[in-house]
Amino acid sequence: MGKRVGMEVAVAVAEAVGLCNIDMAAVYPITPQSHIAEHLSDLVADGRIDCEFVTVESEHSAMSAVIGASAAGARSYTATSSQGLMLMHELLPIASAMRLPICMAIANRAVSGPLNILNDHSDIMPQRDAGWIAIFVENAQEAIDLSIAAFRIAEHKDVMLPVCVNIDGFQLTHMVEPFEMPSQDEVNRFLPPFVPHATLHPAKPVTMGAFAMSDYFTEIMKAKDEAVKASKKVVQDVFDEWGKMFGRPYRLVETYLADDADILMLTMGSMGETAKIAIDELRARGVKAGLVKLRLWRPFPFAELKAVVKNARKLIVTDRACSFGGPGGPVFSEVKSALYAETKRPLIYNYIIGLGGRDVQVKEFIGMFENVLADTADKAADTYEFWGVRE
Amino acid sequence: MTLKSWRELPIGCVVSEPGSASEYHTGSWRSQRPIWDNAKCIKCGICYVYCPEGCVQQGEDGFFQANLDYCKGCGICAHECWPRAIKMIEEG
Repeated sequence: MGKRVGMEVAVAVAEAVGLCNIDMAAVYPITPQSHIAEHLSDLVADGRIDCEFVTVESEHSAMSAVIGASAAGARSYTATSSQGLMLMHELLPIASAMRLPICMAIANRAVSGPLNILNDHSDIMPQRDAGWIAIFVENAQEAIDLSIAAFRIAEHKDVMLPVCVNIDGFQLTHMVEPFEMPSQDEVNRFLPPFVPHATLHPAKPVTMGAFAMSDYFTEIMKAKDEAVKASKKVVQDVFDEWGKMFGRPYRLVETYLADDADILMLTMGSMGETAKIAIDELRARGVKAGLVKLRLWRPFPFAELKAVVKNARKLIVTDRACSFGGPGGPVFSEVKSALYAETKRPLIYNYIIGLGGRDVQVKEFIGMFENVLADTADKAADTYEFWGVRE
Repeated sequence: MTLKSWRELPIGCVVSEPGSASEYHTGSWRSQRPIWDNAKCIKCGICYVYCPEGCVQQGEDGFFQANLDYCKGCGICAHECWPRAIKMIEEG
């Protein structure tokens, strides 16, 4: 059993990654990710881990450096946030196309402008189509566990794709929480050495990231789509393995009091914790409320989502970002498309909440449920609303 | 070169055979091709000099032709040819 400790989550993530026998890290500091960069750098400088820490001049360089290192066969790690992720954007599809199992923490933060350093999901949402596996975590324990499990998923021979672990900035990264830290022995047993699908080595010359014209581009995109879709099974398999070894099982879509629920709320990330408290209060009042947590954003767990929402009459989808001029929040859009062909599906409501770090309290989650329950004529179904906006 | 299906692509499209680019023909997207009228050609070689792809070649008889594996059909040879010996025709 691991040791039960209390630690700031960003520091704990760096500690957990330090247990993963990484060969190389290139992390450019940016609030609220910086404590991961700083602590990883400390681990290397103090000689606690045998790892090359590359000090880069930007996030674009950080992602370029981990792509190069991963291509050379190094277990490579980076972390970023907001504008840093936007600067990495053009390289993200290259990492996935080259099938490099890079792991990255994203300390989710609002994208400018206006400049805002606090938490929402507007940084990860524009990366949706980059071909990365995207996982969301709710608390310190999940951040630790899945930062380690990410390497095993990424490096699985049937996956070989980059993985990002989304950790809400400040609301999670800067909290001091109690959790169980796995031991080095346990991580060694869980995480086998990295076996790359190809490496850059003069003894066996290969070309990686070669040019491709229209005669091959479609086939390459199809192969990538199939690879990302196929990774879903491995993600669950690795979660199951983790559950067996550490007693903390994870699912692609998780639920709380959802089995008999008439009205469900869907969250991603740390706000699920507050929503649970709201649901407990609603249950005490006799409202059959429940929670659905989307753990895996890409590949999207279509079947798993359908299975847990099919018996509910109403589903509230919360979004931490907006697709301006589009159908509402990006999660709303995805959930609607997932349920489009179902004959039996809940009415879907969308609240865009917690933008730029705005607090969403228990009473507000209750308010969302009450609003939707009060909509007896179902007039607001399929619409979206900025929760708490001043009119 | 037979084109592979998506299932046959190596993971990450890694090219494991050194020098295999020599088998890759880059003229596949050409929409026009140059045709020489050797009755007008004075063998000056201006087409050879101006071809940006280096794919105009001189035969043993001194006349010129384009290597269509690499010719992009840009038409610079036809534009520069002062005896008007080169005509661009649509690819079938």
